[in-house]
Amino acid sequence: MKKTLLSAAVGAAILGAASAASAGTLQDVKAKGFVTCGVSQGIPGFSNPDDKGEWSGIDVDYCRGIAAAVFGDAKKAKFVALSSKDRFPALQSGEVDVLTRNTTWTISRDTSLGFNFRTVNYYDGQGFIVKKSLNVKSALELSGAAVCVQQGTTTELNLADYFKANNLQYNPVVFEKEADATSAYDAGRCDVYTTDQSGLYAIRLKMKAPDENVVLPEVISKEPLGPAVRQGDDQWFDVVSWVHYAMVNAEELGITSKNVDEMKAKGGPDIKRMLGSEEGTKIGTDLGLTNDWAYNIVKLVGNYGEVFERTVGPNTPLKIQRGLNALWNKGGLQYAPPIR
Amino acid sequence: MTTTTLSFIRKEMTPPQPAPSSEVGVWHWVRTKLFPTPKDTVLTVLAIAFLAYILPPLIDWLFIHAAWTGTSRVACLTVAQGGALPNDQSGACWPFISAKFNQIIFGRYPLEERWRPILVMVMFVLLLIPMLMPKAPLKGWNAITLFLILPFVSFFLLLGGRFGLAPVETQLWGGLMVTLILSFFGITVSLPVGIVLALGRRSNLPVIKMLCVVFIEVIRGIPLITVLFMASIMLPLFMPDGWTFDKFLRALVGVSLFASAYMAEVIRGGLQAIPKGQFEGADSLGLGYWQKIRLVIMPQALKLVIPGIVNTFIGLFKDTSLVSIIGMFDLLGIVTLNQADANWATPVTPVTGYVFAGFVFWLFCFGMSRYSLFMERHLDTGHKK
Repeated sequence: MKKTLLSAAVGAAILGAASAASAGTLQDVKAKGFVTCGVSQGIPGFSNPDDKGEWSGIDVDYCRGIAAAVFGDAKKAKFVALSSKDRFPALQSGEVDVLTRNTTWTISRDTSLGFNFRTVNYYDGQGFIVKKSLNVKSALELSGAAVCVQQGTTTELNLADYFKANNLQYNPVVFEKEADATSAYDAGRCDVYTTDQSGLYAIRLKMKAPDENVVLPEVISKEPLGPAVRQGDDQWFDVVSWVHYAMVNAEELGITSKNVDEMKAKGGPDIKRMLGSEEGTKIGTDLGLTNDWAYNIVKLVGNYGEVFERTVGPNTPLKIQRGLNALWNKGGLQYAPPIR
Repeated sequence: MTTTTLSFIRKEMTPPQPAPSSEVGVWHWVRTKLFPTPKDTVLTVLAIAFLAYILPPLIDWLFIHAAWTGTSRVACLTVAQGGALPNDQSGACWPFISAKFNQIIFGRYPLEERWRPILVMVMFVLLLIPMLMPKAPLKGWNAITLFLILPFVSFFLLLGGRFGLAPVETQLWGGLMVTLILSFFGITVSLPVGIVLALGRRSNLPVIKMLCVVFIEVIRGIPLITVLFMASIMLPLFMPDGWTFDKFLRALVGVSLFASAYMAEVIRGGLQAIPKGQFEGADSLGLGYWQKIRLVIMPQALKLVIPGIVNTFIGLFKDTSLVSIIGMFDLLGIVTLNQADANWATPVTPVTGYVFAGFVFWLFCFGMSRYSLFMERHLDTGHKK
């Protein structure tokens, strides 16, 4: 895995100059008439196809939010499915405009890979799931275990760090696809499966006997998942970031896709300012968009809470609680700078 | 004395007697085919034991204990997993296949435009059936429409963007449609290109010979997966900004090149089996090079290597699933992609998906294989045994 990251970094260093020279991504996106987002090849709740073949998930809705902000039409988003290995070259080469593919924000990706991260649309952390029959109560008892893990992810690196730091031996069993790793674990190919906690919720759905597995208490990493864009294009970076902030602010202000029209007409000054109905506002145009950009996001996609509920929340098969992803004033980490 | 006693002459045939009961019927078949010798008896018993061991659980999993109806994952879950099926029961999750069936066939091709792939499919079948029947008339026209006109018509029809059709980019193509397009294109291109390469490799002209050898050996020497990787990851980095080379096109080119190189070697095998006398005979009749090849050599050589050609076709058909590497979703790719749908995540969904994809692949490959056997028998002109 380190090799992959390294080679991607070298590739970026050599070719970064070439790809960074392009004119603004926002202009390019407007010119071609759609935004291209890199998504996964299927991660439940983040980006997966539904029965009609449409993409759905929290990352997909982020991308639709960008399309809504730029074009006033959430359907002007195109999705390119990328494996965890392909995702960085695809962003570097300009094949995608933005990577919304539950990618962990790390310093090396921010610097040497030549990307920019700012918003976190899902706070995750890496955990372990083991078979109950092993009688393991803590990850520290896992010495010598065979661990199923997905290739090319920070998960794989965290795993190595954690076992090294605690002087434990382990046998990594590496898979390229999340689905393969989980079914291998369920088939008994390894003793432990490790991934982000959101993934552990997903794997429980596929288990033959969900009750015979336990999630260990240790959360061994911070996994802030958010969109990545290429460095050196501040305007596009701002647009992508403020799409998320608009969704979080909308939730905080109680604006939903259902009441947004009413709020736009009758809401308080901060709501009117955000939704672009304030006299003489320049917020949207300064961003390079129209002034109803935030209105379009909330109207067409929803606020952050709505998206969360729809894609991964307690009413979906994944049944993930808000936890760290609750708003800052409700005990979580989702905090957005003010729109003014 | 005029009375003559003629010796007995039989005027009619003796009516045939029924064969002895030991030589006919089911029992005879069983005795001679299944238990003729002690060794065969042992093998038969082992085979029957194996089938008895493997078949009941398989049938049970596939049909008897399978879930057939439902609209979400709950239909395929046991009580312990949060569903309604008894705990010890585990069977295929067919509702997953029916919910995803349209995707498995068309990928994410837009719903309102699906008539286009269907139309292409209908045209393809209508042209293919007479092509496959040796006795059907107008072979030449049939071949021209099927192999030259149809690809262009389908290209414009499927891609759209012209003649008032909405554009549908290849990113949205998928499923069986992609598998069939890739393999049909690969098969159509690889046979003629393979023939040319094989002839080139046996050519007396050193430049042509070298070019063909280099092409064949380079292509055969690299795994297809490497070429697809290079095309998908490295190529965009070297291209000027905004230049994209359609992924589907990359796959089409890659797959056809590979099939051509393999095909060339298969056909060269056929050419080597033709005795020198055939070449000399054709020469002595005053035939030119292309006449000789077309009228004398190729008909014999191709007939000899039908199994090899079909082998290559079948391999090509299955190799198309490698395009999932470059983010295209063929039949297998779309099945694995949909396993990530949380609404259908159950322990049996992945297996069901793979079993179904495997079955579809098998159907097509088996079809090709049977047709090749039929052609071998049809073209048989006395080289056999």
